[in-house]
Amino acid sequence: MTQVAYIDGIGLLGPGLPGWKAARLTLAGREPYVPGATVVPPASLLPPAERRRSGAIVKLALCVGLEAVTAADVRPQELSSVFSSSGGDGDNCHAICEMLAGDDRLISPTRFHNSVHNAASGYWSIATGAMTPSSVLSAYDASFGAGLLESLAQVAMGEAKCLLVAADTAYPEPLHGARPIPDAFGIALVLARDKGPNSIARLSVTLTEDPGDQIPEEGVEALRRSIPAARGLPLLRAIAAGGQHDIVLDYLDSSRLAVTVASC
Amino acid sequence: MNGLDVVNGLWISHYTASSCIGRGNAATLAALRRGDIGLSPCRFDIVDLPTWVGEVPGVDEIQMPAALSHYDCRNNRLALLGLIQDGFKDAVLEARSRYGASRVGVFLGTSTSGIHQTELAYRQRDPISGAFRDGFCYGGTHNTYSVADFTCRYLGLSGPAAVVSSACSSSAKVFGAARRMMAAGLIDAAVVGGVDSLCLTTLYGFNSLGLTSGQACRPFDVDRDGISIGEAAAFALIEPIPGQPEPDAVLLQGVGESSDAYHMSSPHPDGLGARLAMASALSQAGWRADQVDYVNLHGTATVSNDAAEAKAVSGLFGADTLCSSTKGATGHTLGAAGGVEAVIAALAMQHGLVPGGSGTGQVDKTLELNYAREPHPRDVRRVISNSFGFGGTNCSLALGRADAL
Repeated sequence: MTQVAYIDGIGLLGPGLPGWKAARLTLAGREPYVPGATVVPPASLLPPAERRRSGAIVKLALCVGLEAVTAADVRPQELSSVFSSSGGDGDNCHAICEMLAGDDRLISPTRFHNSVHNAASGYWSIATGAMTPSSVLSAYDASFGAGLLESLAQVAMGEAKCLLVAADTAYPEPLHGARPIPDAFGIALVLARDKGPNSIARLSVTLTEDPGDQIPEEGVEALRRSIPAARGLPLLRAIAAGGQHDIVLDYLDSSRLAVTVASC
Repeated sequence: MNGLDVVNGLWISHYTASSCIGRGNAATLAALRRGDIGLSPCRFDIVDLPTWVGEVPGVDEIQMPAALSHYDCRNNRLALLGLIQDGFKDAVLEARSRYGASRVGVFLGTSTSGIHQTELAYRQRDPISGAFRDGFCYGGTHNTYSVADFTCRYLGLSGPAAVVSSACSSSAKVFGAARRMMAAGLIDAAVVGGVDSLCLTTLYGFNSLGLTSGQACRPFDVDRDGISIGEAAAFALIEPIPGQPEPDAVLLQGVGESSDAYHMSSPHPDGLGARLAMASALSQAGWRADQVDYVNLHGTATVSNDAAEAKAVSGLFGADTLCSSTKGATGHTLGAAGGVEAVIAALAMQHGLVPGGSGTGQVDKTLELNYAREPHPRDVRRVISNSFGFGGTNCSLALGRADAL
């Protein structure tokens, strides 16, 4: 079955891609891609106590989420949300495992509550006051596709608008060697059931067995391959280019997502 | 809407749970009827905390199939132990042949997945380089998705799949994910459930918050002082309601979800988010609050959870609706709790049983609930099952018998 929705707002942060507005021309192929480490800003949305306690994945998720809802001109309290990530906060996980391997295993309460996979979702609801349903998913390398399908299903079930945040952070060694995600990367989309004044593009999505699209620019393709959330980059490229495009996004080993993107 | 009509609900055609009170449904039902407590002082791994746990015996003796050996970790062993109970695997294979492998989705909840494998690997690192020893497989074990990936491959399913990991609401929320995917027409049936297993992260983590009890947990007791962590695997197969369902068929009639927007590790003191979730489940099911026969409470036995949940429940249902927490029996199985308690609700409805609040001595009288301390026979046709978690995530399931439609 084909799932249809409109994209009303986009957020983006990743290596050499400092925001959707800033990276748009690069993704449209009109400016060269210049690699650079991801700079994650402080979580300005959070009250001071929570801001101090939040880790990289929370700051990243809040940053892209805020860019998307601002562009869509929607109140976050009115949006259901989907947070999808391969593995949560890498630094925090490493610190906990290192402490638990030592003699003093008394990890801190803040480290523990930041270790839950739904930390970003929890902080987002605290920051925005959104009491709406929030789905929190992982599907390893397929996490972007899983999040997109869940968001589309929410919109199909009657949620007028849904915020999707797909975000991943890097692990330090030794976990980095086992899961070599190179840097922090996040995409946020505000999906809407109906076309509105802020709609950027119309999506229609079906499952397919065709192979996923690769990106011609080597540096951007390297991101797509190495960071699960960056599997959504072909979608952002198609939107940046404008017009209508048929693309295929990587998802599970057994299926991919065929997406028709048309500018509004 | 171009998918399945889910307004009347979905059919939970098969289900199974394995926890410290028993492997599979017959053992679980017998334990519930007796009011067993499955908890014991913690002897897990090298843990040196004065706490009790609900450990499933024999998990580490479970052999993974050779072709799936890279998924070998305590969490996936427990998943496999669960999948082979009550003919569940065969029921899924039969559904696979009927619907097609790509039309059956897999949505499972877990909080810590196979992180115990990484905890072990960190203890065995090379002392000079800090590198892991050979043979560590992150994707098949530690990664949050590994239990759904393993389950897809073990059952030969290739439909949409994901792990829902929203702490202790995870395996209640999978019912919502499956319901949406079926309504959207992306799948025709789904395997849902939850698997969480003992690990140092949660034992030391909940201890750091002062939330673990030094004895077997006592939900809603006047002297309750914290949780006992348990482990479990629970699974359900969800299908469209058949034309002529059996009178005792168990139906998923509503999934209510909300966020507290309050605090990362404390519930809203008045249970506002919890109440929103329950009200939303009732509304989806088309039930009035006074039609509910039994509420399976989240009931972790922390001072704050039980107080907040009691306010939410009595605010919505009044003080007469029968309710209890079964975590005094199973322990708090975290990301598996929603699945385990959905199975307990199904057993209660199909076998006419109100589960008792095992472990609770004197019920806290400041909480205005009709709390069932002892299990007893009774007609149970409509159940609300609550699961709440860190981050302020709430989910309530409305489960009903077909003859109550």
